[in-house]
Amino acid sequence: MPGPPPVVGEPNAVDLDLPAFVADLTASDLVGLYRDMVLVRRFDEEATSLQRQGELGLWASLRGQEAAQVGSGRALGAQDMAFPSYREHGVAWCRGVDPAAILAIFRGTSLGGWDPDEHGFALYSIVVGAQTLHAAGYAMGMARDHSEGAAIVYFGDGASSEGDVNEAFGWASVFGTPLVFFCQNNQWAISEPARRQSRTEIFHRATGFGFPSVRVDGNDVLACLAVTRWALATARAGRGPVLIEALTYRMGAHTTADDPSRYQTAEQLERWRQLDPLDRLRTHLRAAGHLDDHLERRLALESDTLAQDLRVRCQALPDPDPMVLFDHVQVTDNALVTAQRAAFIAARGDAPDDIDGLADDSTAGNGSTGGGSGSTGGSSTGADGRDVGDREGTVVAGEWHGSRAAW
Amino acid sequence: MVTGGVATGAAARGGVVTGQPAGSGEVHTGGRAATGASPASSGAVPGESGPPTPITLAKALNLGLHAAMAADPKVIVMGEDVGTLGGVFRVTDGLQREFGEARVIDTPLAESAIIGTAIGLAMRGYRPVCEIQFDGFVYPAFDQIVSQLAKLHYRSAGRIRLPVTIRIPFGGGIGAVEHHSESPEAYFCHTAGLKVVACSNPHDAHHMIQQAIHSDDPVIFLEPKRRYWEKAVVDQRPLADLASDTADTAGGADGLHRSVVVRAGSDATLVGYGPTVRTCLDAADVSATDDDRSLEVIDLRSLSPLDLGPVLDSVRRTGRLVVVHEAPSNVSVSAEVAARVTEEAFYSLEAPVLRVTGFDTPYPPARLEDHYLPDVDRILDAVDRSFAF
Ligand SMILES: Cc1ncc(C[n+]2csc(CCOP(=O)(O)OP(=O)(O)O)c2C)c(N)n1
Ligand SMILES: [Mg+2]
Repeated sequence: MPGPPPVVGEPNAVDLDLPAFVADLTASDLVGLYRDMVLVRRFDEEATSLQRQGELGLWASLRGQEAAQVGSGRALGAQDMAFPSYREHGVAWCRGVDPAAILAIFRGTSLGGWDPDEHGFALYSIVVGAQTLHAAGYAMGMARDHSEGAAIVYFGDGASSEGDVNEAFGWASVFGTPLVFFCQNNQWAISEPARRQSRTEIFHRATGFGFPSVRVDGNDVLACLAVTRWALATARAGRGPVLIEALTYRMGAHTTADDPSRYQTAEQLERWRQLDPLDRLRTHLRAAGHLDDHLERRLALESDTLAQDLRVRCQALPDPDPMVLFDHVQVTDNALVTAQRAAFIAARGDAPDDIDGLADDSTAGNGSTGGGSGSTGGSSTGADGRDVGDREGTVVAGEWHGSRAAW
Repeated sequence: MVTGGVATGAAARGGVVTGQPAGSGEVHTGGRAATGASPASSGAVPGESGPPTPITLAKALNLGLHAAMAADPKVIVMGEDVGTLGGVFRVTDGLQREFGEARVIDTPLAESAIIGTAIGLAMRGYRPVCEIQFDGFVYPAFDQIVSQLAKLHYRSAGRIRLPVTIRIPFGGGIGAVEHHSESPEAYFCHTAGLKVVACSNPHDAHHMIQQAIHSDDPVIFLEPKRRYWEKAVVDQRPLADLASDTADTAGGADGLHRSVVVRAGSDATLVGYGPTVRTCLDAADVSATDDDRSLEVIDLRSLSPLDLGPVLDSVRRTGRLVVVHEAPSNVSVSAEVAARVTEEAFYSLEAPVLRVTGFDTPYPPARLEDHYLPDVDRILDAVDRSFAF
């Protein structure tokens, strides 16, 4: 592989002139970053309340991490590829992913939601750390193809303990891949504090793997933008991977199923509330005269509109046609799945839309509303034609909403 | 010994725990339901008098873990969030407070390391009980389980014993996001050197977890997560006392690998394990009412080794067998049951062994899971097909 040699010498002795990397920002660029953060927070708040109202099964809030995500997300260019974990709603926003597509995942109507190529944004990875290897491989491919871009991969302080993540460090390093490792150290892996994952600072780990790293104030959007721009430039220039540790704080629960009062003190949270990334940028913008009451009112209005729109679209997200169960298991046909599909149709009886489902074949996508969903057994008949609808009440049905498990 | 309505369909539907099986007819094996004993000796709190209090399956496990830790200082609990938080399902709640951080370990987020270090600890004489937070997260530990944990006893010509228990909440039905609803049992059943069990009710959960920890072989211990909150009365007498209670086939130190008839019947046999035992019992209830059919229900409990004695016994009487699980059908536990029953009871069968399983697709998004999971309708359709054969 024609990749460049990895950086040698003193990898962590990075002499960074950070301000130079954001010197080009105009006042409206700065307000743009603030707007992103305000809207992303509002999106997040709306999702949390949608979960409370039973419209989502679960929600993983990014509250507190807006600066890290918007700062790094806005550093990316169209030629770059981002690999998220499951909390990168702010990065998704920057990549033009429809927030409703993210809601669909947490509502339980979709497993994917967007086209990774279209947005330069891979699918969410719920399996902690797995995406770091995908990013390393993708970046290897980018180097081979002489791409102008670089890859960036998001992971947490908890993830830094996984074998996959450490293997990705090693691979990216020895192959000199154009990859930025972006660790959001939000201090928690569910209930476990970051010190349970590492006795050194996470960014120090890169030294042992032989590539440069920096720790950045993850609640300072400009610092995050500057550092990520630098790291991407390094990667794109063929100088191999960089690790960024953005020190931030998960201001909410791990997910809506979690109860942080079992492990987090009120003082801890309060200390970080003082460092709220939105407040900090707002103070800066107001002091600099870039933000006034009028602009803030406009932003508030825009947030309300976004939230309202998302709420309506979330509630309108249909349960998928059950026939999509059998679609896209593999590229080629699988006789067993085909047979199960046919049996499924037969067992559902002869409602016309079932037949449509069959005729529609693999194109029966997320948008189509099958007749059966939500009314299983209600009007269907068993294989022998007898009514089985009255059995519904005896089924100990799974709960759509309010999963009581944290994850 | 009455162990509560856990083995019947009554508890979940009516919310009433009767302490008596709801099913009619005599229980042929697994005489738990057929014998009587003083209810005062069973209850949520050992030694407490008065009417026994039903407890959840999660609490039953918690108390079982507590008992195992109290009985043997070598037992340690380890996993993600098992300490301060008490586990995401609270199954280890309070254990760290009681036994300290040295015995209830919040581990770094690394499943391969959880199992790999448990192997090392076991080599030093400890009995690690590892929690894998969700079924879908056991795979990073796959090498340590199938290549290391399963094989070291064999490779060392018996010198090394690895009494490691791996607790895995498994199965779907809770509306969760991806990777939180899987049924990975077949992978482990396929691996020589591992024992694989699944509990289905609070009583079994309480005792099987202790039996698993007591086992000198590694045990994959599957917990039906959507049944965590189902309640029943649990006889919490120690294993040794249960062992002397000959009627309790599930008790005793060697009871871990027995399958049990949980509802007697004469027309057809349903076999399930973990979360589908309840579904089978519900199906049997409906069938009795609607179709006047008497379905026998067997809880496999042990998936490897399989205890097919009660199944063969049953099939020889009923001639019809339907096996139910959430996992996909291809190369699954039901495939093994079907093959062995066909080998050993071919002439007793009135119809092919039928299976009701998850589909051979990835686990779908939550809003489709009720279509994916075996339910009463699908089970009874299979029963109909068996009778129509
Ligand atoms: C391989 C794997 N193990 C366990 C889990 C369960 N789990 C989900 S999130 C999480 C904590 C992750 O912490 P961190 O990496 O710091 O990310 P954060 O949630 O703080 O964003 C755990 C243990 C999982 N999703 N994947
Ligand atoms: Mg974290």
